[in-house]
Amino acid sequence: MKIAVLSGKGGAGKTMIAVNLSELMTDGVYVDCDVEEPNGHLFFKPKVTEVKEVNVKLPKVNQELCNGCRKCVEFCKFNALAYIKNTLLVFDEVCHSCGGCSIICPENAIKEEDKAIGSIQSGYSEGTKVISGFMNIGESSGVPIIEELNHMISSEENVIIDCPPGSACVVMESIKEADYCILVAEPTIFGTHNLAMVHELAVKFNKKIGVIINKTFSENNPAKEYCIKNNLPILSVLPYDSELGLINSNGLIAVREQENYKKFFALILEDVLEEVRNETTSNIKR
Amino acid sequence: MKILLPIEEESLNANLYPSFGRASKFCIYNTETKEVKYAVNEAASSAGGAGIKAAQTVVDLGANVLITERLGKNAAEVIEAAGVKILKASKETIMVNIELAVSGKLDVLTDIHPGFHNHGEN
Repeated sequence: MKIAVLSGKGGAGKTMIAVNLSELMTDGVYVDCDVEEPNGHLFFKPKVTEVKEVNVKLPKVNQELCNGCRKCVEFCKFNALAYIKNTLLVFDEVCHSCGGCSIICPENAIKEEDKAIGSIQSGYSEGTKVISGFMNIGESSGVPIIEELNHMISSEENVIIDCPPGSACVVMESIKEADYCILVAEPTIFGTHNLAMVHELAVKFNKKIGVIINKTFSENNPAKEYCIKNNLPILSVLPYDSELGLINSNGLIAVREQENYKKFFALILEDVLEEVRNETTSNIKR
Repeated sequence: MKILLPIEEESLNANLYPSFGRASKFCIYNTETKEVKYAVNEAASSAGGAGIKAAQTVVDLGANVLITERLGKNAAEVIEAAGVKILKASKETIMVNIELAVSGKLDVLTDIHPGFHNHGEN
């Protein structure tokens, strides 16, 4: 079973929740798909057992063989190629590594070459498996790294996926394999707007959904109203808690530190597991 | 000399289209024959890399000078590789911009932006 933790904005509490839930799972696996800024490892401080590079293929042109037919330029849907003054120009950061240009070239003038765009570190922290994706500085898309992370967790059982913020391609790739999506929201108008964005995304992907409203300071708030209005199950409401904030900012895992947090997060986890098991729950199926 | 400008409306009295890659059309003015031509910018509807494809069109249309308000770095790389001169458009009509370019009164465009990639205006 794979549970994705996502939110429309950064700082809502995705990593805090993902880290604590995976720590509570038996043989839990924590996967950090926020490859632009992976930070779950800062809490787990895992003993790294494996590091592997993630590569993408980029076209490499042999200008001597190119006869300027432009079949590749016309083929490329991303417009990563241009043919100017008898030279084929390649725009690496626009290329999506589909390989089409090298297949379509009648002169065999285009070969594909590996380019490292990031890495994946795997390790253990007190029995929890920690897998983190890291994108190299200056790269434009983390999707290939998340694809590789999905590949690595395909046979794992108890997985918590810590998603990147927002609702862009990297988030779509991160939730692809998930059985359940936990949407973490802040109880503000801004937070609710972002909740609506990830809600729409999770519905499009036909995922089961539950919401955790974090850092609440009053019983009624726009995020809660949104959930009620849209018939979204609220898994839990976390009141604004400076002690939890302090534990978190010290890079510690709350469920390892205090029994009350362990109980609190165990309840959330139980709820989620129950929701995932209960295929027919009417208020999540849509 | 052929001068090319990104436009929306086929009239010399209209203003330029503010973005380059996403302009629906190009106006091509031949300074020798005074002939005005219009071409569709197929790149305008591209999902990505519009600037690169639009720049390829500019080069293929045989332009010697491009007048534009702004230009992304990928498009600039294509246009510079072809040796096409890039001039910064003044906030005037297409005709006035052509006249300014002919009399050498437009500056070379230097503030090449890193690209909007669907996040910019227009």
